[in-house]
Amino acid sequence: MKFDLKVNGTLHTVDVTGDMPVLWILRDILHLTGTKYGCGVAQCGACTVHVDGQPVRSCLLTVQSAAGRDITTIEAINQTEAGARVQQAWLDEEVIQCGYCQSGQIMTATALLQKTPHPSDAEIDDAMAGNICRCGTYVRIRKAIHKAASHDV
Amino acid sequence: MLLRYALLTALVAGIGSHTAFGQTAATSAPNQNEIIEKGEYLFRAADCAACHTAPDSKKLTGGRPFPLPFGTVYAVNITPDMQSGIGGYTDAEWLKALREGVGRGGKHLYPVMPYTAYTLLSDDDALAIKAYLFSLHPEKAETPQNTLVFPFNQRWGMVFWNWLNNPNKRFEPDSNRSPEWNRGAYLTEALGHCSQCHTPRNFTYGLSSKAYAGAVQVGWKAYNLTSDKEHGLGDWTDEQLSSYLSTGKAVGRGAASGPMAEAVEHGLRYMTPSDISAMMTYFRSIAPIAKGPVAQDMPPANAPLSTTYKRGEALFAQACAGCHLANGLGRQSDWAALAGAHSVSDPAASNIVQVLLTGTSLETDQGKVFMPSFEKGYTADELAALSSYILAHFGGVKADVPASEFKK
Amino acid sequence: MMSEKAKIVSPSRRAFIGGALSVGGGLLLPTFLPGLPLIQTAQAQDALTGSLFKPNAFIRVPSQGAIILVMSHAEMGQGIYTGLAMLLAEELEVGLDQVQVEAAPADPAYIDKGASEEETGGSSSTRHCWVSLREAGAAARMMLIAAAAQRWGVEAAGCKAHEGRVTHQATGQSLSYGALADLASHQPVPEKITLKSPADFTLIGTSPRRVDTKAKTNGSARFGIDAQIPDMKVGRIMACPVKGGHLTGYNKQAALAVPGVVEVVTLPDAIAVIGDHMWAAIKGLEMASPEWDYGKNSTTSTEDIIADMKKASDQSGVTAVKRGNVQNALRNAHTRVNAVYELPFLAHAALEPINTTLHIRPDGADVWVGTQVPGRARQEVADATGLLLEKVFIHNHLIGGGFGRRLDSNSIGQAARFAKQVSYPVKLIWTREEDITQDQFRPYYYDRVSAGLTNNGAISGWHHRTTGSSVSARWSPSDMDHGLDPDAVEGAAETPYTMPDQLVEFVRHEPDALTTLWWRGVGPTHNVFVVESMIDELAHKAGQDPLALRKKLAAHQPRAIKLLDEVAKQSGWGKTLPDGHGMGVALHYSFETWAATVVEVKVEKDGQIHILSAHSAVDCGPVVFPDGVVSQIQGGLIFGFTMALYNEITLKNGRVEQSNFHNYRMMRLSEAPDIHVHILPNADAKIGGIGEVGTVAAAPALANALFAATGKRLRRIPFAKQFGKDAV
Ligand code: FES
Ligand code: FES
Repeated sequence: MKFDLKVNGTLHTVDVTGDMPVLWILRDILHLTGTKYGCGVAQCGACTVHVDGQPVRSCLLTVQSAAGRDITTIEAINQTEAGARVQQAWLDEEVIQCGYCQSGQIMTATALLQKTPHPSDAEIDDAMAGNICRCGTYVRIRKAIHKAASHDV
Repeated sequence: MLLRYALLTALVAGIGSHTAFGQTAATSAPNQNEIIEKGEYLFRAADCAACHTAPDSKKLTGGRPFPLPFGTVYAVNITPDMQSGIGGYTDAEWLKALREGVGRGGKHLYPVMPYTAYTLLSDDDALAIKAYLFSLHPEKAETPQNTLVFPFNQRWGMVFWNWLNNPNKRFEPDSNRSPEWNRGAYLTEALGHCSQCHTPRNFTYGLSSKAYAGAVQVGWKAYNLTSDKEHGLGDWTDEQLSSYLSTGKAVGRGAASGPMAEAVEHGLRYMTPSDISAMMTYFRSIAPIAKGPVAQDMPPANAPLSTTYKRGEALFAQACAGCHLANGLGRQSDWAALAGAHSVSDPAASNIVQVLLTGTSLETDQGKVFMPSFEKGYTADELAALSSYILAHFGGVKADVPASEFKK
Repeated sequence: MMSEKAKIVSPSRRAFIGGALSVGGGLLLPTFLPGLPLIQTAQAQDALTGSLFKPNAFIRVPSQGAIILVMSHAEMGQGIYTGLAMLLAEELEVGLDQVQVEAAPADPAYIDKGASEEETGGSSSTRHCWVSLREAGAAARMMLIAAAAQRWGVEAAGCKAHEGRVTHQATGQSLSYGALADLASHQPVPEKITLKSPADFTLIGTSPRRVDTKAKTNGSARFGIDAQIPDMKVGRIMACPVKGGHLTGYNKQAALAVPGVVEVVTLPDAIAVIGDHMWAAIKGLEMASPEWDYGKNSTTSTEDIIADMKKASDQSGVTAVKRGNVQNALRNAHTRVNAVYELPFLAHAALEPINTTLHIRPDGADVWVGTQVPGRARQEVADATGLLLEKVFIHNHLIGGGFGRRLDSNSIGQAARFAKQVSYPVKLIWTREEDITQDQFRPYYYDRVSAGLTNNGAISGWHHRTTGSSVSARWSPSDMDHGLDPDAVEGAAETPYTMPDQLVEFVRHEPDALTTLWWRGVGPTHNVFVVESMIDELAHKAGQDPLALRKKLAAHQPRAIKLLDEVAKQSGWGKTLPDGHGMGVALHYSFETWAATVVEVKVEKDGQIHILSAHSAVDCGPVVFPDGVVSQIQGGLIFGFTMALYNEITLKNGRVEQSNFHNYRMMRLSEAPDIHVHILPNADAKIGGIGEVGTVAAAPALANALFAATGKRLRRIPFAKQFGKDAV
């Protein structure tokens, strides 16, 4: 079946089964490999993308429920004001270790700041709790989000 | 796909409208392929696959355990294998098994097998199911031994039980009701055997007179299906009810899980819109009984949280919000919505406990939706705190779910 | 140590070792130029950039553009690309903004001399490269200076290299390295290499921005799983869920009927469904419904393994250390503790699941993968395909978390046995479920310990018998010493403490139903938990302050005393704590680094554990990249806390019961404590490793803190399940 998928502002037509998760379309068909596969069951957050501005786990988001909606991936998040700020804060705080989880972390953090420009620790905890970092960069993620929120990046 | 659907509709509308009520024979004798097609539809409507599918396999070789209060019963192999399956059944033996719960060689079946419902099936329909099963590939697979405690391990004890609980009658249409109602009644009672789960059982383990008032089966709560507005389906819109039956979810009513998800996956989702609507007509006519949990709206957000709720809230953010969203509206799909579901406002938390312990899965037209078991990753106290939080937050119900629920 | 010259690869080998290739700007990571085999691509690339000067395997200076530094060790998050680049750049006299890094190919030129193979593990990369890479940089710098001196007809001594240029100090004339590349390549490799004095370091000891992180913020970084090869297909692998079983059947038609599925291939014990994309492969494998003969392990459960192990631990084992008379000392002890400690099987659960992309042709093979052992990976593929070793090219990638898992290349061999059955390039992926259930696990350890104190607080007898699987025996048999696996007793045989009467034994016990492997922190993660818990038990039983007792017992270790003092000061050790709070300390020397760690916890009435803070004081000798050290301790502690609180792998009927993060649980951001790292610089000491140090400290410091908070001693990992409403 054919679906129209709008990714980072570009319209793509993909011919796949309706139950195909957006994750694999991004990675294997559109070759946008910044979005990662970590668990496939919405437990790790590595596959997080934005759908109409909301952070969504693309591993369980089927193409038929995503078709026609606005999808943003890590490759284009720098084009949002919050996304660019988050990326810069990530670099300044040297958050990243292996980096495999970090596309997802950045996408979730960006969505948080878009909704809550000055989150408290508790709000950060809540918003980021669904994103696993096996390398344990949590201490720095928290700091980087505060930094991105403070606009002094 | 389309052709197949059209054929089914024809079968059901044409042949079915007569034979389904066990009245007259079909106008023109259907050929064997048509019988098998019809048998497959009825097999699904009767939800046989849910119980007779072996764990870890797609085959109907049985083996699924049913832990009952008095021991464990295993579903049998219903592929046409001569030794281990049903390959040797004659039509008469088949009808006897389906209706009287008496298997080949006079062995009494246990009433986990809903023969007290299947007994209502017409001859044609019962034999169409057999024809379908006989068209499948025979698989050799012995059924594990049942483990029952005395006196339930005595199959002859079933003679007495049957005499009490099995009227052994075919479905009699009610001429005062519409054909649609009758079709719905036949689908619900004879095939769907909905009452087997949704009607409370009496002390002999037979169905009580409180039809469809809701009951707990193998740990899961089957909710009140009567037309009661608060406890039952009385307040559900037609759209909600038909969506729930055919897809396992309804906006504002949550999603089916556990055994109900299986009923949707293996049976209900294949049913024609007219059959779904017939079932709805029948459900609407069931007299209201005020029993069971009442679905609630979400309480105001700023009520202060106890330590337990806070613990539950944090756990929800970690392990659940990825799918269900912090507000319970569901992120990935409509099936992930929690708000409005009976399960989240049941103070006994039966289905929350079950779904956390065993997970749930449902095949839909948008692919498989599922939730894994969280038992191994989280402690009983954590799961209890999580459940209490879910009840309070999404169901507006204040109840402390004890950790012991997760240690059984 | 190796002689200085032996570190420098002779020019005749240059063509061979210039194997990795480089394209474009920014951070250079392994890439692929379609249509060209690897070696040709590298040469084409060198021609393109005019890569003229290749003094050794680690440095390439093109006439224009960035200098290329070749990374002999794998980047899996530990920051080693930055650390190694700093060592090279410091002596080469270039800024990190003037270089690009790329992964080394599998090649003997990149053998880690300390490990005798191409290997990233054991927190050893910086230790093993500390001298050799600085020498590589210095040799190149000397050759560039010699070239400039020759060009200008001046004395080399009057020329100075700085930020990629050589300047003649007297005249002020100056040339870039690029301009000197051609001439430099004709200079002899210096006989004697002069390293900079640490006082002159401008890069080492600072915290520049990491070289690999920019690409990791914008999605452009390529991990193995991101390899994109023209005409590539994608496959999902499933192996028999029980070790030792085999495939008996599957439904090929059903698999091929799934849209996008291309092919089904099998091995005796595994099946792979290959498709146009991973979703086709995932669904195809479901439809294939593979059937298995589970074999002889099909009834094994963890309980059986532990029972056997317990029985085995009744007998004495191979002696690792024997000093004084343990039995006498124990008998005469004033305070005595006998205890059994148990540590579970563990999965690595790196966030990037196992994957390998291969193109196997009759005349050679390309392999795109993230591996900690490129040499072994190459050998695996050669063995699996029958190709000559030199026809196999390993394109090493960034690794999405190693933790020891990618020290074994079994998954690469398996992938090669599948890939040789097809003609096209194929990326073979293990799902998360496969990654956890088919992992090679950290061994289960069953440790019996008896220890005593004299009435004035000296150790009076220490008997430690550890029972478990030997990873060395399988993975590096030459490390075995008359049946003794040094890893199994690392951290137990040598402790920070004075033990005049000590007996340490190892009982080897191999479970059939699973394979064991290195896991972050290796021997010390196991033994330091036992030793540091025991010291704590002795202290409490004797009514002594655990930190004070450690200072007393380690009085002969001045570095340890300094760290204990520092961490006591920073954490506020000894302050009055609210009810339900507790502090615990752990001290250890592992990977040639000293660390003292204090953890503060709070335990709620319902058994809920909150880790509030952690302080680590660390002395790893000279520090190359201080922020890298801080970040490794932070991450290492969280890795260790996760394990200590939540993790265990169990078997039922031969199958691993855990499968994904819902039942193999990871600590989340909301649970992460504040972690403060205090580095005590020690420029004169031997350089130590850092990647695993935090993980080693986590479990003992946490267990000791939980004891302080609740009076409950935890001798078995994981902890969280042992803290219920009824338990506290
Ligand atoms: S891959 Fe989607 S949440 Fe883990
Ligand atoms: S940085 Fe490695 S998993 Fe987060």
